[in-house]
Amino acid sequence: MRKDIYSICFMCTVRCPIKVTVEDGAVKWVEGNPHQLKGALCAKGSAGTALLNDTERLRYPMIREGARGEGKWKRVSWDQALDYAAQKLKAAVDHYGPQTVAFGERQNLNTHLSKTFMRALGSPNHFTHDALCKGSVNTAFRTLTGYTDAEVAVDWVNTKHVILYGRNLFESLELKPIQALLEAKDKGARITYIDIRSTITASHADRFWMIRPGTDLALNYALIHVILRDNLYDEEYVNRWVTGLTELRAFVEPYTPEWAEEETGIPAGEIVALAREVGGEKPQVIFHYGYRGASHLDEIYFRRSLVILNALMGSIESKGGLIIKKGPKDAGFGSFGKLVDQKDLPKPKGERFDGAGGSRFPIADPAHGVAAMLPLAILNEDPYPLKALIIHRFDPMLSIPDYNQNKKALDKLDLILTIDINFSETAWYSDVILPESIYLERSDSIQMAAGPKPALYMRRQCIPPRYDTKPFWEIIRELARRLDLGRFFPYDSIEDIWDLQLKDMGVSIKDFEAKGFVSLAKNPILWDRKEGLKFKTPSGKIEFVSSLMEQNGFLSFLPYKSVTPPPEGEFRLTVGRSAVHTHVSTQNNPYLNELLPENVLWLNTEEASRLGIADGQYVEVHSDHGFGRLKALVTDFIHPEAVFMLHGFGRQVPATTRCYGKGASDTALQENVSDVIGGSPGLHETFVRVRPAS
Amino acid sequence: MSDYYLFHDSAKCIGCMSCEVHCKENKRLPPGPRLCRIETIGPKWVGNIPKVDFVFMPCYHCDRPWCVAACPTGAMQKRTGDGIVFVDHNLCVGCKACMRACPWGAPQWDPEKGKAVKCDYCLDRVDQGLEPACVAKCVTKCLHFGKPEEVVDARRMRHARAMAAMATEVTLRQPVNGPKAKPMKPKRKQAQDPVEGS
Repeated sequence: MRKDIYSICFMCTVRCPIKVTVEDGAVKWVEGNPHQLKGALCAKGSAGTALLNDTERLRYPMIREGARGEGKWKRVSWDQALDYAAQKLKAAVDHYGPQTVAFGERQNLNTHLSKTFMRALGSPNHFTHDALCKGSVNTAFRTLTGYTDAEVAVDWVNTKHVILYGRNLFESLELKPIQALLEAKDKGARITYIDIRSTITASHADRFWMIRPGTDLALNYALIHVILRDNLYDEEYVNRWVTGLTELRAFVEPYTPEWAEEETGIPAGEIVALAREVGGEKPQVIFHYGYRGASHLDEIYFRRSLVILNALMGSIESKGGLIIKKGPKDAGFGSFGKLVDQKDLPKPKGERFDGAGGSRFPIADPAHGVAAMLPLAILNEDPYPLKALIIHRFDPMLSIPDYNQNKKALDKLDLILTIDINFSETAWYSDVILPESIYLERSDSIQMAAGPKPALYMRRQCIPPRYDTKPFWEIIRELARRLDLGRFFPYDSIEDIWDLQLKDMGVSIKDFEAKGFVSLAKNPILWDRKEGLKFKTPSGKIEFVSSLMEQNGFLSFLPYKSVTPPPEGEFRLTVGRSAVHTHVSTQNNPYLNELLPENVLWLNTEEASRLGIADGQYVEVHSDHGFGRLKALVTDFIHPEAVFMLHGFGRQVPATTRCYGKGASDTALQENVSDVIGGSPGLHETFVRVRPAS
Repeated sequence: MSDYYLFHDSAKCIGCMSCEVHCKENKRLPPGPRLCRIETIGPKWVGNIPKVDFVFMPCYHCDRPWCVAACPTGAMQKRTGDGIVFVDHNLCVGCKACMRACPWGAPQWDPEKGKAVKCDYCLDRVDQGLEPACVAKCVTKCLHFGKPEEVVDARRMRHARAMAAMATEVTLRQPVNGPKAKPMKPKRKQAQDPVEGS
């Protein structure tokens, strides 16, 4: 028996639609949904079958024996594991209060279930990995437009010019944007790429600037300076939709291209040339707002400057620019149901552990929280002690800067419960492990993909679970039942959840069969640029002078402070991604590990020769927080002030034999410091010392 | 050459190596053998751009393949009809003669089977009228497969489109008064005196 099943990939977080061919109960072929992706799939997507058959993934529930991290586990039944976890959670809630339980996960299709669980439990502490990635992008967008970055889509295919700040699109890849951008390029679109090192995206660009590390903000102030000085902005749009232009004009007055040349190393004439070029191409211009720019303590001002540039181009809600996402209601459909919308579910109350929406980060998004605060909150018991941590498909230990500090913090907890598919560093350090079935083995909640053309997607089970694992929706319900919270999980099967989600929509499960998705709009829904834009700010306009910032005591424009160069013999540590691995989750995949088994340290040729380091030689990297050992890649194509390494290596879990001890971990070296407004970690704030390995 | 033509439009390739995994996944190969490989060359400065080139290396299905000539058991064969070179695993004894003979490293060692494996353009798929796995799932659609007359000259078409787009642009775009491009040489900024800087 051979059949094709439409589903959604989950080898990374992008959620590409896929078509899976199953024959005699085995997965034979996985390809991108031909109706959306022309069959294309990335290396990670194809390596899904290697994950499916991997004997080193989590196969059954386990309870820790021996000390934390010692690696002694007892295989138990699901009932035993769930009973044990529930009893420990109950103890934390009864003795110390529900707020001492925190739940961290990577945002996924079932996040509405975990949020329901936490609210039923009475804890405000549900957080996602988002802030570690783009917390300040989210906050910056809200301060200017009232929308989060997740509510904005990029119209790659119709753009004339896209400017990428370290957004290494062709290596840290998303299939749809790549295909769309290459199509736009065929039609003559241009790419400007700005980074501290050369990448494959740089290779495909029309203009490449190797910027001095940490100075992106200076470049943008100068671009804004020229755009305002030479009247290159979209006057009609700005007059109608923007407040605070006068203040911005006065603010950027001193930031000339000549000044920026000194700071960034980019010739003033070239900055002027870019400003003039985009001035002629507006509004089909995209100053891309995420994800990898200069990751510093004033990150939010850099992200704000990007949104401001888009606003000046008139590109927000423009063809070939940024388009505010539309939901089912905009397309004339009913509302999409979420479990978290149940009427009798308690609202979150009390201060969050991370201070998001509270005293510490008043304007950071409490829907995601600020994950980097986790170790600090635990260690300092500030604002209160945390006792239990539930982790789902997320590895705080290796995602939050300062590995050693993270370890120390986790040591203080009474319970670490991990729900995952692989042995992450955190799973290895936990007390109970509940193994989740992988995406090919389970169905999930329906995805509401808002966008210019909103659509619904469905992840469907392709084959039964290979090992003794369960889908998350079942795990969380079982946990809830044991804590007497079962009434908030009124479903027995995934179909019940789908029914609940589609109840008011006017869409049925059958509608997914033909193509694997349900499109809610034939044509992109665009608001009228003259009168119809609906910004969610108090003024209804894009606020250059932000009421949200000012009311909370933050400056709308931050005067530029020169970036301190690293002292002689030291380098700014920078990090990034590759095309074949997802963050910290795929390094042990047999196929992906074969392609890229370890990371290397990029080091400028002149600096390397001064230190006596040859290409390919092992080096030791030290910071004030930790140490790493890896091979050097000596190259002209990185700025001399910086070194670079891929994130996610230097793993310390012996059970993952393929990636164990290979390369070095960036989080072992980094200091845990965050943007004080948006909460993004300052991943590029650490200086390291490099020397040949002895 | 075989009757088929596998064209790699390197200008559109992003070196994501997905073709390598698509191939292995389709053949259910263990870690070790890589039937097609993406080789990265560069970067080197071309104007201001650090250009990276990619070479796609599958089997070239030679006219007179040395691997076939070297095979003592007749396992390595060139298919009559379309000229695809493939290994018959019923006949392969794992002597590795083909691996030594091939100048391109096309035949590879499968440590699980103890036999040679190689790119056969995904025979099973081609016979069903499908494209090889690497082509079917290529991220940027830079791989093209078919009989020579069927494969559109993707590169030429793209160039033509780019020229057409440029022709319209010349009339539309304002002249840019920027300086002549010259490669940037990043300079390390000197650290300030620590006392003064703090």
